[in-house]
Amino acid sequence: MSEHNISITVNGEQHELTVEPRTLLVSALRDELGYTGANVGCETGRCGACTVRVNSETIKSCTRLAVQVDGSEVETVEGIADNGDLTTLQEQFQEQHGLQCGYCTPGMLMTADTFLRENDDPTREEIREAIEGNLCRCTGYQNIVDAIEATANQLGGQP
Amino acid sequence: MSDADTNEATAAAAEPDGDGSSGTFGSAIKRGEDVPLLTGDGEYTDDIFLRGTTHLAIRRSDHAHARIESIDTSDAEAMDGVIAVYTGEDVVESGVPNTIPTAWDLPGLVQPQYRMLATDKVRHEGTGIAAVIAETPHVAHDALERITVEYEPLEHVTDPVEAVERDVPPVHDEAADNVAFDFELGDVDATDEAFADADRVASVDLRQPRIIPNAMEPRAALADWEDATGKLRLWMTSQNPHLHRMLLSAGTLGLPENKIQVIAPEVGGGFGSKIYHYPDEAVTAWCSMQLGRPVKWQATRSESYLTDCHGRDHVTTGEIALDDDGTIRGVRVQTHAGLGAQLSQFGTATPSYLYSTVLSGQYTIPAIHCRVIGAFTNTTPVDAYRGAGRAEGIYVIERLVDVGARELGMDPAELRRRNLVQPDEFPYESAAALVYDSGEYERAMDLALDHIDYDELRERQRELRDEDRYLGIGIGNFVESAGLSPSGLAGDLGAQAGGWESSIVRFDSTGSVTVLAGTADQGQGHRTTYAQIAAEELGLSVDDIDVVEGDTDRIPQGMGTYGSRSASIGGGSIARGAREVREKARRIAAHQLETSVDDLEFEDGEFCITGAPDRSLHIQTIAHEAYLGHDLPEGMDPGLEETNFYDPENFTYPFGTHVAVVEVDPETGEIEIERYVAVDDCGEIINPMIVEGQVHGGIAQGIGAALYEGAAYDDNGHLQTRRMDEYAVPHSTQLPEFETDNTVTPSPHNPIGVKGVGESATIAATPTMVSAVVDALEPFGVDHLDMPLTPESVWRAMEGDR
Ligand code: FES
Ligand code: FES
Repeated sequence: MSEHNISITVNGEQHELTVEPRTLLVSALRDELGYTGANVGCETGRCGACTVRVNSETIKSCTRLAVQVDGSEVETVEGIADNGDLTTLQEQFQEQHGLQCGYCTPGMLMTADTFLRENDDPTREEIREAIEGNLCRCTGYQNIVDAIEATANQLGGQP
Repeated sequence: MSDADTNEATAAAAEPDGDGSSGTFGSAIKRGEDVPLLTGDGEYTDDIFLRGTTHLAIRRSDHAHARIESIDTSDAEAMDGVIAVYTGEDVVESGVPNTIPTAWDLPGLVQPQYRMLATDKVRHEGTGIAAVIAETPHVAHDALERITVEYEPLEHVTDPVEAVERDVPPVHDEAADNVAFDFELGDVDATDEAFADADRVASVDLRQPRIIPNAMEPRAALADWEDATGKLRLWMTSQNPHLHRMLLSAGTLGLPENKIQVIAPEVGGGFGSKIYHYPDEAVTAWCSMQLGRPVKWQATRSESYLTDCHGRDHVTTGEIALDDDGTIRGVRVQTHAGLGAQLSQFGTATPSYLYSTVLSGQYTIPAIHCRVIGAFTNTTPVDAYRGAGRAEGIYVIERLVDVGARELGMDPAELRRRNLVQPDEFPYESAAALVYDSGEYERAMDLALDHIDYDELRERQRELRDEDRYLGIGIGNFVESAGLSPSGLAGDLGAQAGGWESSIVRFDSTGSVTVLAGTADQGQGHRTTYAQIAAEELGLSVDDIDVVEGDTDRIPQGMGTYGSRSASIGGGSIARGAREVREKARRIAAHQLETSVDDLEFEDGEFCITGAPDRSLHIQTIAHEAYLGHDLPEGMDPGLEETNFYDPENFTYPFGTHVAVVEVDPETGEIEIERYVAVDDCGEIINPMIVEGQVHGGIAQGIGAALYEGAAYDDNGHLQTRRMDEYAVPHSTQLPEFETDNTVTPSPHNPIGVKGVGESATIAATPTMVSAVVDALEPFGVDHLDMPLTPESVWRAMEGDR
């Protein structure tokens, strides 16, 4: 099988790697580069556990080939904490008990973080719609919505 | 002394008996375990990489039922990057015991052979036939396609009633009629009599569809066999690593337990599905033993749908006998329970004992009889799913109470109220063979009904009906048996494992504490909850306590996490161990302070002499002394730790009432959930935040079962719901805001008064939702509707087409 050399920047760090054309972004991140924060729950773009940001836009990394993001900036959950301190959003997930097993959490955080950049004063309905593509089997979502709402309130429009 | 007094006295004794001053037990302490999970540092099985890891993929049957004529693996073996391909014959030839054992026997149970990989026949779609090991997961999966299997297809059956009633080729030759067991509980004569004497009888025919657990993390295993020491290390998605060690050891691989280390790292949800000993993880281990290299297996989501044990699958006729004044006289139930193609670990316990014994619900019912026929079908094995057995049983009794109320023209809340077991009747022995520990059922029910202003709401319902709007109010009263125990009873009923739990509470010489627990967390927050228990008993802060779970080499013994047993049995064991440690510390303190143990008070971790508060020793200082060993009471061994085995005297019985208010759109059949109120009583509450989280998640799964979920097989015996877009795991806009509340009735059966909460809300939410929708459909003459209540099925019911 042919191989491609690509270059991606993950959380600010540049990586050169060789991948097969069919290698998914999530596999490249996890297996090649060791960013195991993004989880695989369905491989079909349904669950959102693998959500990352590519060039500031959230995508499900199981629906993108690694070669497609050649030259892009990728952000994963490992990169969202400020110098190792939890962000307000992460803190609020802990505070509001917005996670149980934590498997959906990296994807949920990426989706919520991006959403709050676009809407800093959301209604609960808007929050529920924003995370609709991220499935959680443990929490029933309510505490996740609480966490996102509390973050918006605390940041008061300054993510 | 009246019964009520006795009850209160024992209940009081069951509260935590630490000094309480640390104030940790009962507080909503944030979970320490969250931090790595929030930063991507949490380590799930698939995040672990060992040098030289190879990858396993399993070729699975695409037939529901067929004889295997031949398997040709040569093309696969010839592929670049393929290391080995094994078939079921290879496993047989290796001479290992090669059985996937059941862990629950029943009288007359037919127990067919269950091997790691099939050799003769495939009995459900997804049966493992061959294992490919390759250098990368891609190559392993590609190679699956190059294996040629010739089959002789056989007629299949997927429905548990058809399986035993229709003339079909049996799933197993040993069970010609596909009956694995025919189980009865209760008094058939007394029940017949009650039915003959009662004023009225109401009945319901119902189905409880198969639920697929859908833990967000699919099952996975990483095995590392070390030739030099003959030791197997196995990381896996396990709810009970010690049970997995036990079943792998003798039954499957033929290794002594001390040569197996099972490690459950972070586990991304279980809900039952990660309790069981499946062929796949065993094959992963076996392959590593063959190759002497690490082998990793990671299920794809569609493999999860095909192989994770499904839940439920009941077809039931239930009858309730009533007097005109609303007195329930008796209940009669007959169920066909689908077991799937093989007996899973607890697959036999769930539809028999766990199901039939809760059929009395919260009610005084003098006569109960239940018969369950366990049927083999050509489907994925069925086992316990969140609420296991109790959910199915409570669903039946709650549906029966609702149809009974209709029959009598009585308000369903009123009929329930007239039959509730009263607080002074505990311990209450039901006609379904359980002795309920403690409860105030009416108080919880009143609280739930108050939340929605029940009487006013009924009024509003009537008004709205005049406007062609259909509001429904559903009530779900539940009581469940949590924490299966004691071991002797479990053994009498057929369990092949104990019901105890074990823990170690260990001070080190710096005064910090490690708790090693035999349970295994999958998101329940044990590390925080257990630290709260130990901190309370030892007068320390939770930050002084480290909790370790999920590693059979670090924690010598355990039974794991399922059946809402962790807080009550696991937590009970920790509390007992901590108390023993505290008492040893007290003896050291008395010795060093030159006083008697009785003269010592314990507060904030400090032992001080009554009336002489300046003469004191802190428990952490004593820990240091205990390890110095220089000045201990005569004959006392050094060190400060205790190993505890706790085998409770009985189950605990969480209970409560859930209420749902829905509106059904007569044009579309769409259901809108207006309110969802949950009042739960799980005894003493260790951490209210975690308890509430368990309730939320439980409701979500209960509503999921009622409205959205359900596995379906097509006419060819193929699973139709095998991807996440074909099986409706509820998403955020499909669930309402939950309103939760509690009552607290401590369990006298437990050292810290807790009852357990993990499954309660799932058990409650399903009947509550169905009750609400059926209530809304009353004007259309609908008495019952099977799950999932899709808009289409609701609309059809309103159109009179069922
Ligand atoms: S794994 Fe990518 S969306 Fe589920
Ligand atoms: S916390 Fe477990 S799936 Fe969301």
